[in-house]
Amino acid sequence: MTTPVLSVKDLVVEFPTRHGPLTAISGVSFDLAPGEILGMVGESGAGKSLTGSAIIGLLDPPGRIASGEIWLQGERIDQLRGDDMRVLRGRRVGMVFQDPLTSLNPLYTIAEQLIETIRTHLEISVNEARKRAIGLLDDVGIPAASRRIDDYPHQFSGGMRQRVVIALALAAEPALVIADEPTTALDVSVQAQIIEVLKEQCTQRGASIMLITHDMGVIAETADRVAVMYAGRIAEIGPVKDIIQNAMHPYTSGLMGSIPSLTQEDDRLVQIPGAMPRLAAMPAGCAFHPRCERVFDKCTASRPQLIPMGTHEVSCWLYDDATAVAAKP
Amino acid sequence: MNAPMPEPLVEVSDLCREFDVSKPWLNRLIEREPKQFLRAVDNVHFNINKGETLALVGESGSGKSTIAKMLVGLLEPSQGTILFGGQRMRTDTSAEMQVLRKRFQMIFQSPYASLNPRWRVGEVIAEPMTVLAIVKDRREIQKRVDELLVLVGLSAADARKFPHEFSGGQRQRIAIARALSANPEFIVCDEPTSALDVSVQAQILNLMRDLQDELGLTYLFISHDLSVVRHMANRIGVLYLGALVEIADSKTLFSNPVHPYTKMLLDAVPDLAMTGRERKRVEGEIPNPINPPTGCTFHPRCPFANERCKREVPLLKAYGTGVASCHAVEEGRID
Repeated sequence: MTTPVLSVKDLVVEFPTRHGPLTAISGVSFDLAPGEILGMVGESGAGKSLTGSAIIGLLDPPGRIASGEIWLQGERIDQLRGDDMRVLRGRRVGMVFQDPLTSLNPLYTIAEQLIETIRTHLEISVNEARKRAIGLLDDVGIPAASRRIDDYPHQFSGGMRQRVVIALALAAEPALVIADEPTTALDVSVQAQIIEVLKEQCTQRGASIMLITHDMGVIAETADRVAVMYAGRIAEIGPVKDIIQNAMHPYTSGLMGSIPSLTQEDDRLVQIPGAMPRLAAMPAGCAFHPRCERVFDKCTASRPQLIPMGTHEVSCWLYDDATAVAAKP
Repeated sequence: MNAPMPEPLVEVSDLCREFDVSKPWLNRLIEREPKQFLRAVDNVHFNINKGETLALVGESGSGKSTIAKMLVGLLEPSQGTILFGGQRMRTDTSAEMQVLRKRFQMIFQSPYASLNPRWRVGEVIAEPMTVLAIVKDRREIQKRVDELLVLVGLSAADARKFPHEFSGGQRQRIAIARALSANPEFIVCDEPTSALDVSVQAQILNLMRDLQDELGLTYLFISHDLSVVRHMANRIGVLYLGALVEIADSKTLFSNPVHPYTKMLLDAVPDLAMTGRERKRVEGEIPNPINPPTGCTFHPRCPFANERCKREVPLLKAYGTGVASCHAVEEGRID
């Protein structure tokens, strides 16, 4: 068996407050195989972006990893500090964020930013770095790259800027790219192009992608596996096709039903009552139980762990052998 | 089907809006530059029938929100007319406009920006009633606010709370209650769910449809999300760089799009059903609206463009149940 590129084990992220710590991510575990694209999907506040930030050590203080382990290519990285972490970021883990305008420095040309990034991580001359930078821009589909490389970020359109950010993320040939809502700020016609470039370039370089988004459509198009997050926990994880066509967790099936479809004739959307609980008022047991239609006594009492069910893993008491019988209608 | 003759509630003809985006006077003088105008809405023409939902879709910069603002009299058209129930829409505060304003309302995109944080929810919802002098008795206003809160799925006790005590979806419910408080016939919804999560979006979309059935409302629904639009609208208009390129029945538009831009837009939507349908690659981005392409503004991205498309602006022509503006379709170069 190959070592996973990324392995997260029982990750807990806390924010200490005057009234005690708030647990924003609570016991998240998953593996990411080499070359695999894992989608992380969930609504705002589900903890998907925070999981990404925790992996690359960019948690905003006072947030901190309270327990758990993060392994990158067989090396433990959750305890790295300062310089060690900085070497890892960019070199071995590339990042693409939501808004390309804030992830590029407006005062430097694209050439300066790309060359700086390349030379920070690889020991090559400025000339070689520039050649490499132009090659990268070519790869991500920027027309007339050798001319446009000396432009400033404001001279590019939103879609072109996001291409530059992808080039930056890939500059040092990382093994993993974390893309946090890479297309949310873009129009649909541009979104499709960016997703294609990201997928194509990472696949060519053999990099794995952790794709964080709230858009199930993007995941369906791109990812191999998907993890559905709810209230800081993974509700369900499995191959994309299986999750979309055969969701097991009541939250996942509610989420899938609430998305208006382009092809299906539907009169009414499935509605999940209520909203996601706040961190300070997390319900006992399963975090989803107050909104769940199929709730029974065990759900309010204790928290379900991920249970393997065929190709999925699902954290729901309905699928626990010992309790499933009691829950049958 | 022998439905009654549709009765237009809103008639928009030759609507244009230009914005002055020139540099300051002194810069123009020194740099010898002429004034610059951005044509945000260009010769738009459509009707909205009573009781129906017309949706406008388009990418950013296509003029969706500018049209919405002109329809509710928040922005003066540079050219063209808007008739509401046969009366001409204006932006002034004349007596006729005051009467007309009771008949329409608007719901905005962000429920965080559209509710005054220092007002109690009850006051927010009561404002249209008091401003338009529809209900004067305080006790009656109170009663109506309570009813509206229940109607949109909140409770009467929520009237005493402040907007910050509510989640995004609940705030949008409050914004809907406010829009309904003046008993309007027509509501303009400008991206009402794009700030919300999908499960909350489903709640709001269901609520809006229920209210339409219950109160016989007419909606203009503006969105960039084609799947939401398909779910909500009877008819759909597609905008590109300020111009309407196609209007058709919701079903027809999705099953049989005519304009190449509509086809491209449909192909760009991620396919959740994973049917593996054949899709064309989308090319290019929206050009700068200050300096739009000549002729058909879509020609630089269009696979069917020829010399005529570069020269001549296409006009809307009827195809089946809808209309579209495309030379290639007109000449039968594409089916």
